Amino acid sequence: MSEVKYSKEHEWIKLEGDIAIVGITKHATEMLGDIVFAELPEKGSNVEKDGTAGVVESTKAASDVYTPVSGEVVDTNQAIVDDPSKINQDPEDSAWFFKLKIKDPSEMDTLMNKDDYDKFAKETSA
Amino acid sequence: MEIKKTSLYQLHQDSKAKFVEFAGYQMPIQYSDGIVEEHKFTRNHSGIFDVSHMGQLFLYGDEKLIEDLEKIFPLNLKDLKLNHSKYSFLMNDEAGIYDDLIITKIEQGFLIILNAACKENDFKILSKLLNNKYKMVLDEKRSLIAIQGPKSVKILNDFINGVKDLSFMSGNWFLFKEQKIYITRSGYTGEDGFEISLPNDQAEKFTKKLIEKGAKLIGLGARDTLRLEAGLCLYGHELDKDKTPVEANLKWAISKERISKGNFIGSNKIYKQLNDGVSKIRVGVKPEGKIIAREKTKIFNQSDLHIGEITSGTFGPSVNGPVAMGYVENEFSKKDTKVFLEVRGKKYPANICGLPFYKKSYVKGANK
Repeated sequence: MSEVKYSKEHEWIKLEGDIAIVGITKHATEMLGDIVFAELPEKGSNVEKDGTAGVVESTKAASDVYTPVSGEVVDTNQAIVDDPSKINQDPEDSAWFFKLKIKDPSEMDTLMNKDDYDKFAKETSA
Repeated sequence: MEIKKTSLYQLHQDSKAKFVEFAGYQMPIQYSDGIVEEHKFTRNHSGIFDVSHMGQLFLYGDEKLIEDLEKIFPLNLKDLKLNHSKYSFLMNDEAGIYDDLIITKIEQGFLIILNAACKENDFKILSKLLNNKYKMVLDEKRSLIAIQGPKSVKILNDFINGVKDLSFMSGNWFLFKEQKIYITRSGYTGEDGFEISLPNDQAEKFTKKLIEKGAKLIGLGARDTLRLEAGLCLYGHELDKDKTPVEANLKWAISKERISKGNFIGSNKIYKQLNDGVSKIRVGVKPEGKIIAREKTKIFNQSDLHIGEITSGTFGPSVNGPVAMGYVENEFSKKDTKVFLEVRGKKYPANICGLPFYKKSYVKGANK
């Protein structure tokens, strides 16, 4: 059972062995509003910590999705591309974005735990 | 400069609006239902829009005023019947658009509805053009509420008897709690609906009455997706000082009689463009996939030449796909012309298409 960590860019990441699952937080979806488009990184591509690894768009605007850690993209969630409204419905579980084979587990230590993220989210949206 | 609030601010707040600053006003972008639901509710039921930030310019005068206004607007105002409205433009000498507006003939003159971001400048321009000869009031004491969607006529007529008899682009004075309110059958969503000009102190009561009868408050976010699906222009995007009504594909709004006689600001340019054609023109753009092309997205032809730019683009909830408008070189403006949109460095296929994207399929009387 691994702890979920959070980035300042409002992604969550859950580590299972050396595979990390990444998505965007509920708070992020509330700020974005109805998500109507999602673009994911290509399977097999390498992404660098804090680099862009996808896009979500609301009716109003496009926002980049960043990866909280570096690694190789081993899987992506086609279901959210087909129906982006799933991201609003269940952002922190079934509407995950991509899975990474992580490069450096210590990168996880730079991220926030749930309490710190909740505090951070509250402060930055105030 | 302090940010302004409309008379419905408290009601918006109580209705859990998310606010955004727009043209110096604190305006609701959406409520708790979200833009997509608000959009669909307007299409299927009835949505209420606070558009009190827009300018309500009352211009008072007689035949002389009509003559002077015909030197400004490309309209046949002499024949505009009492309580009838026309869509028009305030232009510069090169027919560049300062603002697009709705002008309505009222008893002692005209009521002109102006865009919020343009109204102060419009007032200055018009004051100067009219040499301050006429009484002009940019009325801040009145609110403007729109109600749009198929159920609106029933909802409004329930307590303002007679609005159901108004024809499209016409209006009249009605009474609400013994106060005079001016209602026109018009809107900005592609739906049947009304715009109501009423004293500020009545705005909240009036809106609550609409809500009580089943209408819902809708934010500016859905207003934008609705107007885009309806193929309607938004000032600052499809229209600005560097674009003319002919380029904006709005020549239907220019009186034919007035073109042949000329003699209004910008008439030479418009006459020339109508005869010689234009180099760029506004079109609808439909991306083939799901990609959303936002404002300033570059448009390319099949030979990879840059031929234009998107001016508005979003996801259309009723179309259930991306929709956009933009300007392209005239020779690529034909319907079904294949183009490419550059989004985040990649080119995506799209087609030039007719407008609107969404057209009401329901026939009056067919709905209960």
